[in-house]
Amino acid sequence: VSRIKCQIIFYCICFAFQMQTVTIIPGDGIGPEISTSVIKIFEAAKVPIQWEERNVTAIKGPGGKWMIPPEAKESMDKSKIGLKGPLKTPIAAGHPSMNLLLRKTFDLYANVRPCVSIEGYKTPYTDVDLVTIRENTEGEYSGIEHVIVDGVVQSIKLITEEASRRIAEYAFEYARNNQRNSVTAVHKANIMRMSDGLFLRKCREVAENFKDVKFTEMYLDTVCLNMVQDPTQFDVLVMPNLYGDILSDLCAGLIGGLGVTPSGNIGANGVAIFESVHGTAPDIAGMDLANPTALLLSAVMMLRHMGLHGHAKKIETACFDTIRDKKVLTKDLGGNSKCSEFTAEICRRVQDLD
Amino acid sequence: MATRYRISFPHIIFIHTRCDQRGSVVLCEMGLSGVRLQPLCVRSLSLTASQNATLESPPARADSTFKVTMVPGDGVGPELMTAVKEVFKSGDVPVEFEEFHLSEVQNMASEEKLNEVLTSMKNNRVAIKGKIHTPMEYKGELASYEMRLRRKLDLFANVVHVNSLPGYSTRHNNLDLVIIREQTEGEYSSLEHESVSGVVECLKIITREKSRRIAKFAFDYATKKGRSKVTAVHKANIMKLGDGLFLQSCAEVAELYPKIKYENIIIDNCCMQLVQNPYQFDVLVMPNLYGNIIDNLAAGLVGGAGVVPGESYSAEYAVFETGARHPFAQAVGRNIANPTAMLLSAANMLRHLNLEYHSNMVSEAVKRVIKQGKVRTADLGGYATSVEFTRAVISNLSA
Repeated sequence: VSRIKCQIIFYCICFAFQMQTVTIIPGDGIGPEISTSVIKIFEAAKVPIQWEERNVTAIKGPGGKWMIPPEAKESMDKSKIGLKGPLKTPIAAGHPSMNLLLRKTFDLYANVRPCVSIEGYKTPYTDVDLVTIRENTEGEYSGIEHVIVDGVVQSIKLITEEASRRIAEYAFEYARNNQRNSVTAVHKANIMRMSDGLFLRKCREVAENFKDVKFTEMYLDTVCLNMVQDPTQFDVLVMPNLYGDILSDLCAGLIGGLGVTPSGNIGANGVAIFESVHGTAPDIAGMDLANPTALLLSAVMMLRHMGLHGHAKKIETACFDTIRDKKVLTKDLGGNSKCSEFTAEICRRVQDLD
Repeated sequence: MATRYRISFPHIIFIHTRCDQRGSVVLCEMGLSGVRLQPLCVRSLSLTASQNATLESPPARADSTFKVTMVPGDGVGPELMTAVKEVFKSGDVPVEFEEFHLSEVQNMASEEKLNEVLTSMKNNRVAIKGKIHTPMEYKGELASYEMRLRRKLDLFANVVHVNSLPGYSTRHNNLDLVIIREQTEGEYSSLEHESVSGVVECLKIITREKSRRIAKFAFDYATKKGRSKVTAVHKANIMKLGDGLFLQSCAEVAELYPKIKYENIIIDNCCMQLVQNPYQFDVLVMPNLYGNIIDNLAAGLVGGAGVVPGESYSAEYAVFETGARHPFAQAVGRNIANPTAMLLSAANMLRHLNLEYHSNMVSEAVKRVIKQGKVRTADLGGYATSVEFTRAVISNLSA
């Protein structure tokens, strides 16, 4: 028995020391700077990751359809994990937004945003610790709109059984894997009785299979009302597209904004892309003033997704300690250090923690 | 001889008070349907001006009690209405309520009942109501009674004035926002169908006419109340045609009001800004669903659903209710609901009826009780019951 145990441990160690490939998409604006920061911090923490840098500017494929470059797609399909910086949304470039393209290409159906209050970055709300899981493919953002007669526009909100079931299952599995106590379905089934009613029914059905996680349901307006009064009463929230968009940004606001909020997109076939949700900030691009916290925390989420919990904890602790100390902070966090100084400080702490 | 006329109030009117030859105060209304002269009350002018009645003393009454439709609704609605009635009785307010109990969840709803309520409201023009709860299961019609009431009376504008209460501090103090929400179309169209089993479509309708109407209402409201900025809230980057039309209508109307600053903001950014820096907003105007979200969010910022009053307007009618509409069924019978929102809304109703003195009396009493901080209901962190709070307001009425 002990020989088998030794063998198992040996294989585990081999597997852990195996370099995993991750596709990194630096993005535009401050994207390249913060990506470099993250890579540097990961090197300092000796994370067994091999980075593959790719660009996802849309190109016109055969048949005239806009798609992401084939090298990028190939790399993602192979590595299954991606880290993305902010992408510029084109206004008159002729092609749809890159985020939309990525979502369609890899069927990224779940958007996960954990919102945890950062000690050291004061907001009026303390002790926030919740996760919003948003269905990302249908709902109000189906893009099906038409002008019926001049002056009357109809937008279609689509809810399907399949997508609702899939997101509910993901939410409960996430709750189970991350030791969360309860899942709350957010809906407006008193107004949109059929569509949100279907979403709610699916959530209830899936909840039957996950008896260890508590399931509650709450109206969207009640959630908003209670969220700004006492955010500690919420744990995991699962909801359709529009409500998810609004609530996840609301929760990001509670902890300090998009500059410190991580986010992950989970797709079918095991693909997962983690990203920072803030903009490209073209006014400070290239000036070494950017704050890499959002991308760094998304990368930590990625490590947890990959199973590298030890490294994740180390980097996260280093980052939070740096912010709590308040000695080296970027401008948006209230200090006046440069991005490289902030990065160097975190690297130093990571090495100290070793 | 004073004859009693029913006074109607179109929502945007000019009111002049004049004394005619006999010394009676006359209301000259220049409403949408031309000038009308209506006697308000008759009081002979005394010879010495100093003995003339000042604005603070109660006006002559007993000639006209206003009739107001009351629909208590579900949940804590009836308890809150009792509070309003008690306060009005103690304050000698010349308002008579015509009660109707319309409720979908308690099986007290039917077409006839709805028509009764509608007839009463069309006669009285002013109503005060609680929330008529919509159950999630539907029998036949997808539109709830509350939505149908709103549509039949065309109550297109919902105005929630979010004001921080003096004496009760929250994370954001000294807030003063107005949220104007289009209430008849948008996502609440109740047009849904299941095309194939498992695939449901819900239609969101935006029309230019209604968007222009709510935008004009918002700018008129801002002008009337002396507000400086109107912000349109939308999601036109995703719903390009729908919210794009709403945004375009707002921009068109904004050009007619050069003195008022016009901005627009995307809904998710708006929510984020409201929790980080709500002071940047003044008047917000938006379609239906976003209005629901932001009403509740803003109510939460100043203390919850129990403290914010709201009103709904159509071109002819006005309905007064709470800002954040929840039946609060968990509190039924436990005597813990906070009557503040409903009392403040009742005070607004009195102002709408031109009973300025009584309106101030009620709202000052409520604000005094909250400022003193001794009697507070559970949602504001106190231990008082609804009845105790109402009694405290009553005792502060005459002071």
